[in-house]
Amino acid sequence: MSKTFPMGGIHPPDTKISATAAITPLAIPAEVAIPLGQHIGAPAGPIVKAGDKVKAGQLIGEIAGFISANIHSSVSGTVKKIDDVADPCGYPKKAVYITVEGDEWAEGIDRSTTLKKEITLDRDAIVEKIKAGGIVGMGGASFPTNVKYMIPEGKTADTLVINGVECEPYLTADHRLMLEHADEMLVGVEILRIALGVEKAVIGIEENKPDAIKLLSEKSAEYSGITVESLHMQYPQGAEKQLIKACTGREVPSGKLPIEVGCAVNNVGTAYAVYQMVQKNQPLVERVVTVTGKQVSNPSNFLVRVGTSYAACIEAAGGLPEDTGKVISGGPMMGMAVADLSIPVAKGTSGILMLSKTEARRPEVENCIRCGACVSVCPMGLEPYLIEKFARADKWDQAEQRASMDCMECGCCSYICPSGRPLLDYIRIAKGEINNRRRARASQ
Amino acid sequence: MMYSLFTLGGVAGVFAMILYFVAKRFHVEEDPRVAEVEAMLPGINCGACGFPGCTGLAEALVAAAEKKDISALYCPPGGADTMGAVAEYFGLAAPTSAPTVAVLRCNGSYANSPRKAEYDGPSSCAVAHKLGTSGSACTYSCLSEGDCVTACNFEAMYMDPATGLPVVIDENCTSCGACVKACPRDLFEIRLLGKGKKPRRVWIACRNRDRGAVARKNCSVACIACGKCVRTCDTIVKAISMKDNLAYIDPDICIACGKCVPECPTGAILATFPVKAKQEDSGEPVSTGS
Repeated sequence: MSKTFPMGGIHPPDTKISATAAITPLAIPAEVAIPLGQHIGAPAGPIVKAGDKVKAGQLIGEIAGFISANIHSSVSGTVKKIDDVADPCGYPKKAVYITVEGDEWAEGIDRSTTLKKEITLDRDAIVEKIKAGGIVGMGGASFPTNVKYMIPEGKTADTLVINGVECEPYLTADHRLMLEHADEMLVGVEILRIALGVEKAVIGIEENKPDAIKLLSEKSAEYSGITVESLHMQYPQGAEKQLIKACTGREVPSGKLPIEVGCAVNNVGTAYAVYQMVQKNQPLVERVVTVTGKQVSNPSNFLVRVGTSYAACIEAAGGLPEDTGKVISGGPMMGMAVADLSIPVAKGTSGILMLSKTEARRPEVENCIRCGACVSVCPMGLEPYLIEKFARADKWDQAEQRASMDCMECGCCSYICPSGRPLLDYIRIAKGEINNRRRARASQ
Repeated sequence: MMYSLFTLGGVAGVFAMILYFVAKRFHVEEDPRVAEVEAMLPGINCGACGFPGCTGLAEALVAAAEKKDISALYCPPGGADTMGAVAEYFGLAAPTSAPTVAVLRCNGSYANSPRKAEYDGPSSCAVAHKLGTSGSACTYSCLSEGDCVTACNFEAMYMDPATGLPVVIDENCTSCGACVKACPRDLFEIRLLGKGKKPRRVWIACRNRDRGAVARKNCSVACIACGKCVRTCDTIVKAISMKDNLAYIDPDICIACGKCVPECPTGAILATFPVKAKQEDSGEPVSTGS
């Protein structure tokens, strides 16, 4: 029996229909809107203005705060304006609109596909370069990667965990990346290993990707520190704490970061982006996006420039199916339904999923039957039914005592609930309120 | 027989003494006036006075009466009658406060702000607000899920299925502020009810702080921050101010003359009384609200 995390979890149908579609570059659109806040933390401050000429890979937004990330232009052309663009939720965020002219890259960026293996930079220089390249976690949360490598005093790391799990149904971006860019990705892992200053790196991959496990096991043989761990299929194994538990057996304490148990976790996509930046000087301006759905005529994995609209990606995959009920940004479990298809692809957009009306329908809400299914599937050991009750009754103190803030919003509870209760929706409300109250307490 | 009588009687006697001494030792002096004042209050524990319930206000009233001044306290649902009775009880001057009412500052009905997407999540504005912008493209508008109606304890509100907006029934509203707290988009405000049999009041029915063009694109009756109302009112009482692309009418200054209403190019200003349209406008007189 292969490894997995011990508590909770579910296994929804894989539906990885785009798994065999090779990564194809998507045509550069006529205009892009590059959001200045594509990461967790403070949005970058724009350093260009309307009328400026920019090249692909040129810095257009600068880090603004400790947790923040640089933003680079993904195309060459003229800055049209700096204006609002809707985020996947529909709320306006600042973005740089660029009218595309040709495809000229900024100086020093190596766009060739030749593999560059030898790593010449030392630890500090690598972290500095990751910071400069605006690299963020590509697994979904978009946490600035360089911050993970600023290890707080008194803590030491000994293992780097690389996330090749891709436990979300439908998504295949990471899978394709591992198959097609295994060499580059492994160099990226090696760079991250040096940046963390550890001997050991583990790549965790779920069993439903045997080709990736085989390929990476073979290729990683030449790197002494890197091992590949085949993991039993279980959602949400791609979550940081679950992956650490599955790969190393260590448990990150409640409210603490992975460094507490000597680990750092990065996605395979991040490792690839790190390779591109450190070895080839190419900042994070494009990513693999899975465009899929059962009704989609041509489910694909596209290499998309950041700022390209969702509509362009959907068009390239054969257009919006007639019976579409929801378009989801991300995977079906943690993704968000979008209301507007003109929104741009960001650094964290792993997939665009089109669900039919029947697939997207929310179940009828019934009374809680106290079956405890939500408790048994919660990977964090929480009591979702109880937190929902507290949230509905405005009992925020009790919700906080029940460790609501440990919830990572994986949605296992809502998925499994036989009464179709919107458990996660209310836990989110509780988390928001607890956060507000904590801030209010801190400012007192 | 005698034996058990003595034993039980003895035990009872010992406990009676313990209870007696405890009651003496920990006796709490309670002001009988608190209970009497509380009896005069409506007893609905709405919290509009700022205290958790009627007992809280009664205690505060008694404490204030000690200082011979209860003017800072008021029971909005009880109104002048209740406060008059309380003042008479203490033999003090009755505090006065103009009656107030909850006012919805959004007119993004289905017709004015066409919905661009369907929301199928739980019927809760708080959840809808967290998940996204809901149907309307305006990110400040009413979410039409009725958290305010659920929060209202006085049947002073109902959802109008035709517009998707809540309607306040002035007569029932105690201005307790439950809807103000419940609305995740802060669309309600407790404003002065206004004078007269049919109370006159004027307000900006919009909370959109986007630039005018964006706001107008998403809703035909949005405030576009053109400033016409501000200029009009500046020649009268200066009740209107402009902040973050949004006009605001201060209810304490506004004299409900209604001059600003026909000035608004989008019709974002609502009044409870009919206002004559300007000469060049051929439109109907603007009249909405209760």
